[in-house]
This record gives sequence, C-alpha cells and structure tokens, in this order.
Amino acid sequence: MQTGRFPGVAGAIAAAALLAAAPAAAKDTVTLAIVSFLSGPAAGPFGVPARNGAEMVIDAINSGTLPAPYATKGFAGATVTGEFVDENGGNTKQVTEYRNLVQKRNVDAVVGYISSGSCAALTPVAEELKTLTVFAICGTPRIFEEAPRQYIFRTMSHASSDGVAAAHYIRDNFPGVKSYTGINQNYAFGQDSWRDFELSMKVVMPAAKQSDKVLFPKFFSGQYGAEISALSLDDSELVHSSFWGGDLEGFIFQATPRGLFQQKKTILTVGGTAVYRLGKKMPDGVILGARGPYGILVRDRKTPLNEWFIKTYQDRYGTYPSEPAYQYAQAMLATKIAYDKAAAAAGGFPSQDQVIKSFTGLEFESFSTTVKLALAGGHQAVTENGYGISKWNAEAGEPGLTDIKFYPAECVMPPEGVTSVEWIEKGMPGAKC
Amino acid sequence: MEAAVTTLLDGLVFSSYLFLVSVGLTIIFGVMKILNVAHGSLYAWGAYTSAWLIGVWAEAGLADAGSFLMIAVAAIAVGGVLGFVLERGLIRFMYARDEVIVVLATFATFLILEDVILLVFGVDPYFAYQPMAYLGSAEIGGTLRDVYSLTLIGLAAVIGVVLWVGLTRTRWGKLLAAVIHDRELSVAMGIDVTRVYVLTFVLGAVLGALGGAYVAPMVSVAPGLGVEVIVLSFAVVVIGGMGSIPGAAIGALIVGIFRAVAVHQLPEVELFVVYAVMAVVLVFRPEGLFAPAQARRI
Repeated sequence: MQTGRFPGVAGAIAAAALLAAAPAAAKDTVTLAIVSFLSGPAAGPFGVPARNGAEMVIDAINSGTLPAPYATKGFAGATVTGEFVDENGGNTKQVTEYRNLVQKRNVDAVVGYISSGSCAALTPVAEELKTLTVFAICGTPRIFEEAPRQYIFRTMSHASSDGVAAAHYIRDNFPGVKSYTGINQNYAFGQDSWRDFELSMKVVMPAAKQSDKVLFPKFFSGQYGAEISALSLDDSELVHSSFWGGDLEGFIFQATPRGLFQQKKTILTVGGTAVYRLGKKMPDGVILGARGPYGILVRDRKTPLNEWFIKTYQDRYGTYPSEPAYQYAQAMLATKIAYDKAAAAAGGFPSQDQVIKSFTGLEFESFSTTVKLALAGGHQAVTENGYGISKWNAEAGEPGLTDIKFYPAECVMPPEGVTSVEWIEKGMPGAKC
Repeated sequence: MEAAVTTLLDGLVFSSYLFLVSVGLTIIFGVMKILNVAHGSLYAWGAYTSAWLIGVWAEAGLADAGSFLMIAVAAIAVGGVLGFVLERGLIRFMYARDEVIVVLATFATFLILEDVILLVFGVDPYFAYQPMAYLGSAEIGGTLRDVYSLTLIGLAAVIGVVLWVGLTRTRWGKLLAAVIHDRELSVAMGIDVTRVYVLTFVLGAVLGALGGAYVAPMVSVAPGLGVEVIVLSFAVVVIGGMGSIPGAAIGALIVGIFRAVAVHQLPEVELFVVYAVMAVVLVFRPEGLFAPAQARRI
C-alpha cells in the first residue's frame, strides 16, 4: 500500500484532516471591524443608522437578549467587540485600512461596507488576506459575478433586484404608463441602477417608450434647477431615480415647489432612507423603495424579531430604523448564526474555515425577512424586494406608505450561474413572480 | 419658445449661484494673490449656520419672512469671524511665501474646518426650507418655478453692481487698486496695507459664506457641502481671469448657460461641458478672459 511505503506522509495527511475538523482554541472575544460611513455625505443617511443597527444588535448578542431563536450569548459563546471604522476617504484608503485591520490589529472578521466602490476594491484584498468579510450593503452585482469568492459573503440582495422589482411594481400599479425617463447620479451605482431598470422595463412593459434624454447629473452637485425643468418638459409620464442622501433630499426640496411630483409619477429606489428624515416634507404619491424589505416598507410587519428590532432601536436612538440599520443588523445576525452553527458542528469554538463552511448557503429568519445565501455558491444572499407609495399619516403624525407590494427573491434575483444583466436581457427566464 | 425661456432661466439661476460662490474667491486672489482653498469651508459654514439659525427662528414660531434676516446674519457672522481669524491667524504669514505653500496651507485649513463642522453640527443634515416655502412658486415660460431660486439672479446682480461701484467709484476702491498694483509703493504712500488686506479677506469670506447661507434653503445641508463648490468656483474664476470681478460674472454666465443648454439638449455632456469651456478658454487665453493687466517692474 502507498500509505505503507510513506507512513510519514499518511500521518501528516491524517493529522491535517483532524486539525481541520477540530475546533480552534476557545476564545473569550471575537473582534469585528465594522466599517460604514462615519463622515462625509453618506454618513447621515447611511453610515450612522448602519452603525447604530450593528451596535444595537452586538449589545443584544453579548447580553443574550435577542429574541428567540437567537437568545444565546455572543458568537459561539465569545463576547463580540466591535471596532467601528470610517468608510469615507476613497477606495485606496479603504484598502490600506483593511490591511491594517487584518494584519496589524488582527480582527477576526470585517463586516460592513456601503459603497459598491469599496466592495469592488476590497474583494481581491479580502481573498488575498484570507479573512472572513461580510458585505452588509454595497449594491454592485459584480462582486460574485466576476469570479467565485471563498472568504466573502453578502447578506442582502444586490442592486439589480431594485430595478427588476421597480419594473414589476410599475406594471402592477400603473399599467397605463406609456413612457419613462430617469435622473440618476453619474457614477457606478447611478448608472447601474438605471441600466437594470431600463432593461427590466423593456421586458416587463415592452410597449412603454424610453425618453432619449435620460439625465445623469454629477454626483453630489446639489443644484437641480435645469434637470427639474428638463424633466418637466419631457413627455415621459414616469421618472426613475436612485438618488440618495443629500442629492435626494436636495432634489425633493427643489422639485416639490415646482410641482414635479404632481406632474409625473416618480419612483425613488432608495427613497426609504430619506422618508423619516424629511417627515412631512416628503411629498405624497411618490413610489419609494428601500433596497429590499427594510425600513419603512416593513414597519408594520408583526413578527417578534421585527417588533423587537423597531422598539429597541426607537428606545435607543429616538427614531424608526431606516434600511441601513436593518441591513447592518442583518449582517451581524448572519455572522452570529454562522459562528454558532459552526461551533455546534465542531463541538467547540470554530476556526475561520469552519465558520465559512457554516456561512455558505445559510438560510435564516432575519429581523424583517427570510434570507437565503442561494447564489454564488452560497455566498450571495437573496431576499424579496418591494415598493410602496408615500402618504403622510396626519393622525399618527408620521410618514407612511400605501400599496406596499413585495416580490419574492425568485422573481427579482437571477438564478445561479447567470449574470443579472444577461438574465434580464433574456427576459428573466425562470422568474417566479 | 417655452423651452428657450426655460433654458435661459435655468442658465441664469445656475450662473447666479456660480457667481455668488466664486466672487469672494476672485476678490481675495485679485487683491492679495492668495488662492484660498478654504473658500469651500466658508461656504459650508455659511450654509450650516444659516440652516441652523433658520431652524431656531422657525422653532421660535416667528414669521417665515424673518428667516431671510437669518441668512444675512449667518453670512456676516461666519465671514466676519472666520475671515478675520483666518487672515490674522494664518494668511498674514503667507504673504511672502510661494503660492504652492499658500495653496497647501489653505487646503489644510479646509480639511480642518470640514472636520470642525462634523464636531459642531454632526453628520445629520440640516433642512431650512422655510424661505423657499414662504416665496412659493410661479409659472414662467410654461414651467412652474420656485421664486426663491429666481431671487438668486437678483442677489447676484446686486452684489455684482455693488462690488463694481465700490471698486471703481469709491476711495476704498482706489486704495485697493493701488495695493493691487504695487504693495510696497502703497505702503510708502501711507496706505495701511494690513488693514486693506484684512478688510478684503473678510469681504471675500462674507461673500463665500453668503453663497452657502443663501443656497442652504434649497439643499440638504450635509457634510461635504464645500467640496463640490470649491472645484466649480476655481473653474469659473479661471475662465473669467483670476482676480477679475467682471471675469467671474462672465465666467459664471458662460458656464451656467452652456450647462443649461447641455442638460436640455444633450444631457450626456453636462458633466463635461464646464471643463470643456475652461479648456477652450485656456487654450486661447491662458490668463482667462478678463485677467487684470499685470504691471511690469523695471
């Protein structure tokens, strides 16, 4: 036998196999780097609610006060320590910071990231440094469509589902729409959002005509007078926008007195981030999305997890949680479940490889929805996605939504093995709506 | 016809905005040869202070018409205090230095002031919609327009005329011209150059802060507000000729009109058009359209 001739080699292989299966040394703490925008224009609408959501869930995890079935303490029993890091400053800075976190500060995992640019820049670095990295938001589908990833997971749907769900929502609620245009920020997310919506409309509402003057103003330009005039003069009945943050709020301030929201149907795919901040100043009748089943779209879902999340967040931060709070909390919860599941399988504190194995293909009930890591070999999550129409609730004195409708993950996300653009262009074969 | 009127108005509104935010920068450079990168911070501080004061005014239940007073108070307070502190604390040590050092020093100041904004005002945006709501809307050229943004045109025109008269028809303007042409000879003739410099810098700072304070009701006042402004201001100032007030006005007008036409007719080139205009002007007139004549010492 071969093993008889090379007993040393066989022994080494057996030892390595045992080591891989064996639990790692027990740990008292798991250190997570949690990265979100803490300065710059994305901090207010995204970064700070995201950090708040993560912080609140970490505290609940450490004290074992998450609702069932997640009421066990810590990650595999270890206390979680969060190091909050600013995502602002550009991709080069983020790559340097990531290396610093992993190689000098020896964090156990990195969780977060809002910008698609950050995620695209960090993907090769995370794979190179072989460190568990959980992307909480970043929209670009490219992360897993360009190559398989071993150490990276994303715990929410990518942004293509926003465009697909938007087209379905328009067809279902405004079937008479005959033409549409768009105003999106001139950078990757804005361009991709328009592309996905435009392609989806061609499939879902092929008779609707697209304007030949689609607008892409400069990111964070702030002044939209000419754009609002151009939209007013355009014959299109529907306006699509993935504006967010100060651009979104500035656009709403400038478009409201000019009657744009009365004149046109408007769909704001990331409008949910602004609705609580604007309050009564958010015009009625605008179609709002939240990049999935989060924020105001799920405020009235009566599940123990969601009710706990909303109440605890309100008690702690004095406002309803917007979607980034949900999305970061969801990433934290997914990581906890992966650690706990890996620990149960290993019979002790798990190694990173064991956590990754447990993370792969995970399916779990999150605060507001069911999450399935069904794509990219079990690394990319899919969830339902939906929209609603803004309506100020005078009685309660708070913003609300009417006509909320969700589309299942199998309707708005491509199946395994095909890129989102290819899938939409082929007419979304296999979609289960 | 309706489209032409709308495009023209859009261009004029954007030009007025550009003139307001760049005129302070050009005055400071024209008189002091200081390229003040911290101008963007003065704009942002003006916007934040204005939005905060308008909020305080509204919460006190006072009439919305009075919120315009808050805009003026914010511009004067921010420009007066920050302008004076910056000139006395930093800029006066830069007069004899190389221009690159000045740019680096004011850029560092810009970064510091941006962070101080975060410390003072936090990361959440400020909304100051009351002045805009107070003035309402009017239909002009077939489209509904908010009256507040149209008042930008009037404000820019008034500031332009006042500055032009002040610089060309008053004693102070003549003193300024003397300092611009020859600082040493001005000192020899008994002109208090230090005072002229302080007043000029404070005036430029007030104008920068006024740009932010007046625009605040139209936008979400959020971190990073000053970054975009400084880039656009430089483009306008370079097109018009650094240090020239008529140049800033013409530069703003050219950029504003070109941009409005692009948005309406060829939106794909909207981003490109501002810098394309700048490049074309620099090819044919490297010193800008209206750069003041340079005295040559013999």
